[in-house]
Amino acid sequence: MTLALGVPSKGRLMERTFDWFGARGVTLRRAGAEREYAGTVDGAPGVRLVLLSASEIPRELAAGRIHLGVTGSDLVLEQLADWHAHVAALAPMGFGHADLVIAVPAAWVDVDTLDDLDAAAAAFRARHGHRLRIATKYHRLVRDHLRAHGVADYQLVDSQGATEGTVRNATAEAVADITSSGATLRDNHLKVLAGPPVHASQATLFAARAAEWSQATAPLAALAAKLGVELPEGLAEGR
Amino acid sequence: MPGAEAITARLAQRFRDAGAVPVAADILQPADTLLDLYGEDIRARAYVTADPVAGELMLRPDFTVPVVQAHMRAGAEPARYTYAGPVFRKQDSGASGRAREYVQVGYELFDRTDPAAADAEVFALIAGALDGLPVRAVTGDIGVLKAAVAGLPLPAPRRVALMRHIWRPARFRALLERFTGRGPLAAARAALVDRLGNAAPDALIDAAGPVIGTRSRAEIAARIDALRADAAEPPLPADDLERMEALLALACPARAALDRLAALDWPALAPALDRLGRRLDALDACGIDTAALPFQASFGRSTMEYYDGFVFGFEAEGLPPVASGGRYDALTAVLGQGRAIPAVGGVIRPAVVAALEGRA
Repeated sequence: MTLALGVPSKGRLMERTFDWFGARGVTLRRAGAEREYAGTVDGAPGVRLVLLSASEIPRELAAGRIHLGVTGSDLVLEQLADWHAHVAALAPMGFGHADLVIAVPAAWVDVDTLDDLDAAAAAFRARHGHRLRIATKYHRLVRDHLRAHGVADYQLVDSQGATEGTVRNATAEAVADITSSGATLRDNHLKVLAGPPVHASQATLFAARAAEWSQATAPLAALAAKLGVELPEGLAEGR
Repeated sequence: MPGAEAITARLAQRFRDAGAVPVAADILQPADTLLDLYGEDIRARAYVTADPVAGELMLRPDFTVPVVQAHMRAGAEPARYTYAGPVFRKQDSGASGRAREYVQVGYELFDRTDPAAADAEVFALIAGALDGLPVRAVTGDIGVLKAAVAGLPLPAPRRVALMRHIWRPARFRALLERFTGRGPLAAARAALVDRLGNAAPDALIDAAGPVIGTRSRAEIAARIDALRADAAEPPLPADDLERMEALLALACPARAALDRLAALDWPALAPALDRLGRRLDALDACGIDTAALPFQASFGRSTMEYYDGFVFGFEAEGLPPVASGGRYDALTAVLGQGRAIPAVGGVIRPAVVAALEGRA
């Protein structure tokens, strides 16, 4: 029995993940051809590399099909209800930074904060007969954020791509999207609301609470020591 | 010891004996009605599904909305209805073990003659059905809260904003604080108004960017005017804030609560306190001891946002609410398309009753 480590299968996120592990003496490598989703691990006995799409890693963690996984914290918080019950965040990895923000047209000079957005939404609904639409693919995170701040009279509309264009196309009045620099939002004449973001995301090493740990405790202890990661209590016990 | 099904039958019989007509409701309800009533939050609590023809549908999160709709279409007055069946609520937290699907047995009374008697009838009926079980009743009155908001010395837009957030306690508190000129919202608001200065709305908008989307230039300009007008308003006096907070914190037996509310010496509350007093008299007449009945002024604020008068619940240690209910006059107006009728109702969860009987 080995410990299954899921990491993103392509792009910058994969490279930075490999670098992060490499800097700690664990060499991750893709095996064989570019399109083959298999890999090798040197420097951590009993660890098996599983290459996965970053967006599939939360689900695989929740199901316990991988023991550890690297993915953006935004994906875990969005996809997993009650995420603490399913995974433990072992280490923020210091890359892949992106903020989930709410943005409105720059021309809305009367709207700076969620307090303003709420007031604008009330007036908008009274005038247009429908709630103010916010386009996003991060439904859970955005809804929880707006509920926590007591914003009403809005509705979320699903947008799986080109979200910044929805306002110009009149399918939404505002957007909630991931941004690292805000440049795409500005190019689309949108501005980010003041205050903390809905979520400040970064690549994070997660452990699956539902994974079968009984045979993987030795590889886990060795890997954790090498990575300098503290393990939360109760993770690999009693299952 | 009877199971939940036998208890369901027993409760339904009790409600029929009280004069209620059994009604049914579809499990699949049109989502738009519920979304318009509750807003986006309902999506976190109700199961949404898609029908190729009817569009978005929800597994009914409660019976009140379909029962009101049925009554507004065809009901005679006064009317008493009862129903029994499952409702569906998403539970985000697996750890809490709360049910996603559970049966409610309900009783709804539509009557415009005597609201106090109607409130008492529903409460006493449910209290009677739970007699002998280790439950604790709690009551409240959203009508008193609304009267208090209406009675604050605030300009109309501020009163409307507060009224809109009665059911969101944290937001309500933050708004009140902003109206006194203190707190983070007040600081952010002052900075915004400062930046707008005295410039013409069109100049401000044109300098900021093109007007895109469906919220028009006129709407932005209207809110700039509203922001400036609001900034010129005097702050809410600290005394009024204190009085409001005292009211919200009130928790004591109902008779004593009535006396303490009267002692606030707040003329705007008089009609609501009059209604509360008549309700307590009616409850006494039904054999409920209002000198002992718990009253919490903030009760019912964080549940579904349609109760607008009397609210009540029955709680048991370590279990979900055994029963709950309240008055929802405004809901009948919203769903009645111009017609309205005062209405009050409540539900019992037989599975929780069964759990309590199992403990005895």
